[in-house]
Amino acid sequence: MSFIAPKSRRSIDQVGVLERAGRFTTRSIKSKSKVEGLKMALSMIDLTTLEGKDTPGKVRQLCYKARHLHDSYAGLPTVAAVCVYPSMVKTAKKSLGSSGVKVASVSTAFPSGQSAQNLKIEETKYAVGEGADEVDMVISRGALLSGDLNYVFDEIASVKAACGSSRLKVILETGELDNFDQVRLASDISMEAGADFIKTSTGKISPAANMPVTLIMLEAIRDYFLKTGKMIGMKPAGGIRTAKQSLHYLVMVKETLGEDWLSNEWFRFGASSLANDILMQLVKQEQGNYQSMNYFTID
Amino acid sequence: MSKKSKNLEPNTGWDFDPAPEKVPVEIKAQYDLFIDGKWVKATSKKFFNTINPATEEKLSEISEASEKDVDLAVKAAAKAFGSWSKLPGKERAKYIYRIARILQERAREFAVLETMDGGKPIRESRDVDVPLAAAHFFYHAGWADKLEYAFPGLKPKPIGVAGQIIPWNFPLLMAAWKIAPAIACGNTVVLKPAETTSLTALRLAEVFEEAGLPPGVVNIITGAGSTGAALVNHPGIQKIAFTGSTEVGKVIRRSVAGSGKKLTLELGGKAANIVFEDAAIDQAVEGIVNGIYFNQGHVCCAGSRLFVQESVREEVLQKLKFRMRSLILGDPLDKNTDVGAINSAEQLKTIQHYLSLGKKEGLEMYQNAGGTPKKGFWCQPTLFEDVAQSSVIAQEEIFGPVLAIQTFRTIDEVIQKANNTPYGLSAGVWTDKGSKIFNLTSELKAGVVWANTYNKFDPTSPFGGYKESGFGREGGIHGLAAYLNLEG
Repeated sequence: MSFIAPKSRRSIDQVGVLERAGRFTTRSIKSKSKVEGLKMALSMIDLTTLEGKDTPGKVRQLCYKARHLHDSYAGLPTVAAVCVYPSMVKTAKKSLGSSGVKVASVSTAFPSGQSAQNLKIEETKYAVGEGADEVDMVISRGALLSGDLNYVFDEIASVKAACGSSRLKVILETGELDNFDQVRLASDISMEAGADFIKTSTGKISPAANMPVTLIMLEAIRDYFLKTGKMIGMKPAGGIRTAKQSLHYLVMVKETLGEDWLSNEWFRFGASSLANDILMQLVKQEQGNYQSMNYFTID
Repeated sequence: MSKKSKNLEPNTGWDFDPAPEKVPVEIKAQYDLFIDGKWVKATSKKFFNTINPATEEKLSEISEASEKDVDLAVKAAAKAFGSWSKLPGKERAKYIYRIARILQERAREFAVLETMDGGKPIRESRDVDVPLAAAHFFYHAGWADKLEYAFPGLKPKPIGVAGQIIPWNFPLLMAAWKIAPAIACGNTVVLKPAETTSLTALRLAEVFEEAGLPPGVVNIITGAGSTGAALVNHPGIQKIAFTGSTEVGKVIRRSVAGSGKKLTLELGGKAANIVFEDAAIDQAVEGIVNGIYFNQGHVCCAGSRLFVQESVREEVLQKLKFRMRSLILGDPLDKNTDVGAINSAEQLKTIQHYLSLGKKEGLEMYQNAGGTPKKGFWCQPTLFEDVAQSSVIAQEEIFGPVLAIQTFRTIDEVIQKANNTPYGLSAGVWTDKGSKIFNLTSELKAGVVWANTYNKFDPTSPFGGYKESGFGREGGIHGLAAYLNLEG
């Protein structure tokens, strides 16, 4: 398999993208639509812990939080998934049980991707064997920047094959790409190679996700759908910390792709501190005033 | 694991609740004329209604200035000219800075009033009209004491009394465009706003009072065409600045011929917005939408003729329609509204006339579904596909949210077609290739050419037209020249 670059690559105008992305942030989301949006955002979170110091104990606590976001508030959804390193997949799978919360595992020498291709495939098989429902791989940015598009394409395709029935999220690490044209190119390569989701960032590099980059990727998803009829999911990750930000992202999804993407099957937030800010806003909408952060649990 | 979607449709699911701007704005039952720093009754004793075009509700009654009132205003301006023109530039600047700051402080109030009186979405009046109006005062305040540096070797002198007539599409902004350079250069002003949108100009007079601007420096008289004619023909006027239709512009030019009055005209347009196959298509689509649906298309420099290279016609059309469907039409005071109300019943009639003409010509018309509110004047964003240069839709200024789409094959063809119009106010070019941009900016006969963007305005940038789009520039150093005598 190899990636055949289209005759003329899609170019992106930076000024135009920044302007359009800014426009979504001026939408005013009030009352009922705010509560609805916040609950939707909550249900789209991939609650994440990706640290060298992760332990089964820490992961078990995070998994509990994933199922019990704020028990005193009736009718809350759970988050979409818990995202961990491959070594923690089994623990997470066991603690989440039949809750419906998925386990996502990073893979392919996350976060740098600087390893041999056969090891990345082995790692992916290991994660899937441990029970990962979803695999978050990183692309080889070095290969992309040096122009070896076929290498990037082939690697994604072979990791996809190793995923079996688990869904594959492909991380572009946009903070390491040079410009918006490359974000678009990396999105196109990933989708052609079999990505089920495209994802902005590892969260280990700054800048992580932002609205302009996410917009370019959503537009790539739209164009791919128009061409092939295949739906691809989107996951901005890192840097999304406030409830307000999450609503802006949802406005962008609604206005770029529409209703069918407004579910956790097709849109995710990779975030760890976002959930509590959303919870605080939801409780404020219900009770009329802000509660102390001490009332929102940290796991 | 991807599944076939039922639907890729923007703006579906998760409906936004209404989010109206709630700042209360006091509107008087009746407004008098602002002459010589005082609010005076019109001698005609006549009033006309001003309404909210989104609801058809009456907002207030506006005085109709008679010839006699115009005479009083011009005399007040002539009297004020004596001391105002002799005031050191830095002193004039202090007043103008003060006006700019007060405008900023009262920005929300002005935005709401502009939206109620004119029908434009609050998003635009809040984010474009009012901030830009303040920016024009700030910019020109800075020039007031530096005019000799602007024109080295010349001795710039104010002209005298400027009669200014402005349109209804950007009522406050056009007032700022006209008044700021005039008074910065030491002239005095009699300004007449359009009859459907007088409220923000009258509120601006309150700002002048608050800023302590000396009486008579700016006089605001309200009324319709006959008031404007009286102003144009008044012998005490040394300069006429008009923004409006080409038809009226021609009448004005005829009437001032031989009178010695200086004249600048900013008139109609039928801009070509040109999309090449190598353009960033998604951003070009944004620019097309912004070019024609901004302010319901009530924009003289609107990109009303879209030229698309044939190889990308399908993609552009598909994405454009998709984007149109994400535009929210409705209550202009709602912060989420993208497309507001048509300014007046009369203008709506004009637009509808062109829509039926287009249909009669057999053109393919596309319009957003979803209907329009029952009360008020509304027109859904509209486009006509595969329009020929010979079609009336491609030739005449519609001044509404109506886009004529033409295709082209080569760069020479599109340059010829873009220039094949009596107008020449603005144009847009969308391409990834810098050389193409430079080529087109010199070939297109238009006062403003935007590259990979559209409808960008800045007080430092001169604005004005070629051919029947008028002459003279507003903004920048060029705009100052229109308010000065520069004879050595």
